[in-house]
Amino acid sequence: MTEITSLEERFQAKIDADQRIEPRDWMPEKYRKTLIRQISQHAHSEIVGMLPEGNWITRAPSLRRKLGLIAKVQDEAGHGLYLYSAAETLGVERDELIDQLHIGKAKYSSIFNYPTLTWADIGAIGWLVDGAAIMNQVPLCRCSYGPYARAMVRVCKEESFHQRQGYEIMLTLCEGSPAQKAMAQDALNRWWWPALMMFGPNDAESTHSAQSMAWKIKRFSNDELRQRFVDMTKPQADYLGITIPDPDLKWDEEKQKHDFGEIDWDEFWKVVKGHGPCNKERLAARVKAHEEGQWVRDAAVAYANKKVNKISNNSQVA
Amino acid sequence: MDKNKNILLQYVLQLADNAMILGQRLGELCGHGPILEQDIAITNISLDLIGEARVLYSYAAEIEGNGKTEDDYPYKRDILDWKNILLVEQPNGHFGHTIVRQFMFDCYHYYHLTEMRNSSDIRLAEIAKKTIKEATYHLKYSSEWMIRLGDGTEESHAKMQEALSDLIRFFDEAFIPSKIEKEESLKGIAVDCERIRNRAWEKFRSVCEEATLKIPEVEYPQEGGKNGLHSEQLGFILADLQFLQRAYPNSNW
Ligand SMILES: [Fe+2]
Ligand SMILES: [Fe+2]
Repeated sequence: MTEITSLEERFQAKIDADQRIEPRDWMPEKYRKTLIRQISQHAHSEIVGMLPEGNWITRAPSLRRKLGLIAKVQDEAGHGLYLYSAAETLGVERDELIDQLHIGKAKYSSIFNYPTLTWADIGAIGWLVDGAAIMNQVPLCRCSYGPYARAMVRVCKEESFHQRQGYEIMLTLCEGSPAQKAMAQDALNRWWWPALMMFGPNDAESTHSAQSMAWKIKRFSNDELRQRFVDMTKPQADYLGITIPDPDLKWDEEKQKHDFGEIDWDEFWKVVKGHGPCNKERLAARVKAHEEGQWVRDAAVAYANKKVNKISNNSQVA
Repeated sequence: MDKNKNILLQYVLQLADNAMILGQRLGELCGHGPILEQDIAITNISLDLIGEARVLYSYAAEIEGNGKTEDDYPYKRDILDWKNILLVEQPNGHFGHTIVRQFMFDCYHYYHLTEMRNSSDIRLAEIAKKTIKEATYHLKYSSEWMIRLGDGTEESHAKMQEALSDLIRFFDEAFIPSKIEKEESLKGIAVDCERIRNRAWEKFRSVCEEATLKIPEVEYPQEGGKNGLHSEQLGFILADLQFLQRAYPNSNW
């Protein structure tokens, strides 16, 4: 047996025994690459995800809502930060990952390429988008890679708070005037299908799934998670008194789960490939912030170096 | 309403409006900061300031005692009723402008709260005791960035010098008493803003010096906001801030 196979076998045995892989442990190059791709995509999603909601901060309709929204968007920035740090434990720099985002090489969740048009979108995003994120992320708290799993524990706590906050916005709108309720219904109409798309392609089409399952980076398939999301969300929509825009959605007594309609996969791929309603704007906003911040980052580095030089000069004198 | 009560109300609103408008301005930056960590820090300051405004607006509603809420003041008053200083409504500009504006405000805010802790109005004293912790941190943060950027690279130095030149004319308004601040009935309640001017300027000067920045001469300081005469900026801020409440009046959110 070659040394590599025995290393790989030991690695897999560790994973099979539900032990965590830590940064200093040996790992197959493909495992490392897969994680970097997934964690950085996840980090980028948190950061790009700040934009659609962030643009409602100035317009939030009450002080309480404004503070809630600012805190929420700020949490997402914090998630980005933990995740970039988790990725860095795999030997890649944050700057490099951010560059990959900016040149269009790295992906982020397509959901953030849809526009937020009304205040109800802020409710719908919290309820559905953070809701779907939780569905995807709770299993990641048991991911085989330690730093990622630990980051997810913190992230999930905050995501569930976001989801409750979003649902509460929806509830207030649905209990409000007819115009407010219509606003809530319209937001559900526009966000429902993109939210279902957040779980990715159907299992048959999913390219990375099998290996990720074996490595315990992924615990459930895309379709399983999507099904759970539908089953969880349908009664919540009923409670709000608004209708999920899917005529095929109905309870299957025999299977004890909901049947639902087919996702428009053309739209899915169109947005993934960069042609959604806001892909260009989202990326442009990130690139602009980064470029306009260059002089600030340069100055911070220059100043820190000056400080270090001063200290070492002083200690030479002493 | 009793005359003295109304004067107190106007004073409280003036304080609230400063925190509100600067918090709103900083909120525009969320998601667009130059570094993720600074995005978070600026957002924190925004949260603190809007939180402070909220406490003050609630107090205003209590003083009025006619069923108004904390939201009535920021969401339903038109421009002439706002009493914030002109400084806080100035645009975010580049990060240097944001920092200089913040630093100027913090120099005022910190010393103002220091004094307000001794206000004979118990509520104002309590609010000051609580918010000074945050203001202390804000002043530290903005001072550090003044120095880092002023004494960073040639480019950053030039940008900071530019921001100082653009904003210095707005610094003094905070220390010129408004009509309300001069009211006899506010003696012991309101902070004597002329009295904190020296301390604020001393801090301002020493940080600018460490930042290697030259303080430009100001021939004509700009003032008016405290008495309800604003720059054109504020109308646009209010258009955003009040949009939903205006478009859907009498709704719960
Ligand atoms: Fe998040
Ligand atoms: Fe979230």
